[in-house]
Amino acid sequence: MVRILKRTYIYLIFAFLYLPIAVLMVYSFNDARSRGMWGGFTLRWYVELFQDRTIMHSLYSTLIIGISSAVIATIIGTFAAIGIHNTRGVPKKLIMNVTYLPVLNPEIVTAISLMLLFVFSKVRFGYLTLLLSHITFNVPYVILSVLPKLRQLNKHLYEAALDLGCTPLQALWKVIIPEIMPGIITGLLLAFTLSIDDFVVSFFTTGSGVSTLSITVYSMARRGINPKINALSTIMFTFVLALLIIVNVRQAREERKERNGRRVPKKDSPYDPRFGSA
Amino acid sequence: MKRLSLTPYLIWMVLFTVVPMLLVLYYAFTVPTEGGVTWSLQNFARFFEPIYLRVFLRSLYLAVISTGICLLLGYPAAMVMAGNAFKRKHVVMLLFVVPMWMNFLLRTYAWLTILERNGFINALLGFFNLPRLNILYTNTAVVLGMVYNFLPFMVLPIYSVLSKIDKGVVEAAGDLGANPFQVFMKVILPLSMPGVVSGITMVFMPAMTTFVISRLLGGGQFTLIGNLIEQQFLVVGDWGFGSAISVVMIVVILLSMAVMSFFEGEEKDVALW
Repeated sequence: MVRILKRTYIYLIFAFLYLPIAVLMVYSFNDARSRGMWGGFTLRWYVELFQDRTIMHSLYSTLIIGISSAVIATIIGTFAAIGIHNTRGVPKKLIMNVTYLPVLNPEIVTAISLMLLFVFSKVRFGYLTLLLSHITFNVPYVILSVLPKLRQLNKHLYEAALDLGCTPLQALWKVIIPEIMPGIITGLLLAFTLSIDDFVVSFFTTGSGVSTLSITVYSMARRGINPKINALSTIMFTFVLALLIIVNVRQAREERKERNGRRVPKKDSPYDPRFGSA
Repeated sequence: MKRLSLTPYLIWMVLFTVVPMLLVLYYAFTVPTEGGVTWSLQNFARFFEPIYLRVFLRSLYLAVISTGICLLLGYPAAMVMAGNAFKRKHVVMLLFVVPMWMNFLLRTYAWLTILERNGFINALLGFFNLPRLNILYTNTAVVLGMVYNFLPFMVLPIYSVLSKIDKGVVEAAGDLGANPFQVFMKVILPLSMPGVVSGITMVFMPAMTTFVISRLLGGGQFTLIGNLIEQQFLVVGDWGFGSAISVVMIVVILLSMAVMSFFEGEEKDVALW
């Protein structure tokens, strides 16, 4: 009895979380512009969505910025993590505290501080400023994903590689990097999703003519309901859902394999709600 | 090699994190004069004018309400999910985080569709011949938007702490004669405090500084502290005042984090005993 109550409570919470998404999806097939009624099934909004040059262009910008900022942030962040891991004492504390700054600061403060910097240094607002800002808020997350992996790493692996004749660079490339790869990948994915999801920082650091998906949605939504946005939401939600299912099925399969075979140390990932609980 | 790998990041950090923050402080503590600029606290003094103070208090009020609702809804949810009501916990947790993967703007926009005058809720009410509700562009809509967007930030930290609590401790309390209510008040709640604290900070911070939710669901005239900052930078062009408000925000958030970590520390001491 209590169990049924508990389950019902969770189902109600789920209803609250999914209702808005479900309503958007249903309305994206609605042939009436007014939301109150059902005007029959249509794919019109999807056709219009793909013909809308503003939306398509901002989708393109979002992906370009997302991919390039994630890759650059991952490279800078991975090397930074290796450096931080080998630093001790006060410098380490100082670096870590500044690293946490963009994570802890309210988004809007990060956004206006970067805007001030770009105004001050007279950079033209556009792709470049967007890219620099996205790298800036992404790097800390990469560092925080890679550091735990470095802590798990056997200290003597690097020395062993050197003893066996590796140059330091080879040891880094052939021993350290492969060992911390899971952390690097987590960081990369996290950076990519953060970049795609970002609105506030982009809003303050973009220039005329360059607009990410979030910015486009914001300016359209301010003018009221637009069925094209519903279609866009439906596509994005389906895409994310499919991706998550694939990742989870793969993970479950690997875990089963590992359980059957050798025991592996428990993975730990940095805490981010989007990745579920560790 | 260690130097070499850290250098690019150090340069980046100074250029794009430290210098911008210093710029904010610079603008906050100076005012333009005829000759150039002078140091002044004028921008902060303006913040305490009644209109702006009212905006601040309203933001605080709405953020506290939303955080409270998130805690009330989220704690039981986290408890049920950490317990054994579901066989496949993994799937339940996954279902819980899926909506968070959708773009934040689209999630907020979805509520526009639901709350609108001709929206889903009113269509439903109309179907049963009930009077229409005008929720959109009110405090209720803004709080709803905040709770919807930030609820997972409350549930997940609490869930992860609760699921790590040793079942033996709970059973021991029962064996020693505590009733379920006492077990909850004296064992589970104190042990889950770190999760509650980080949940509260993770909801309160974005709720206090949002300007998107208030603009989309609260309408054009609706002003929270985030909207005020945005206006100063993008509409009015008063960067000094905008920076001063930002500095105040940082101070408020640091204070609230200090208060929260004080509570957390206290609980840790208790747990040590």
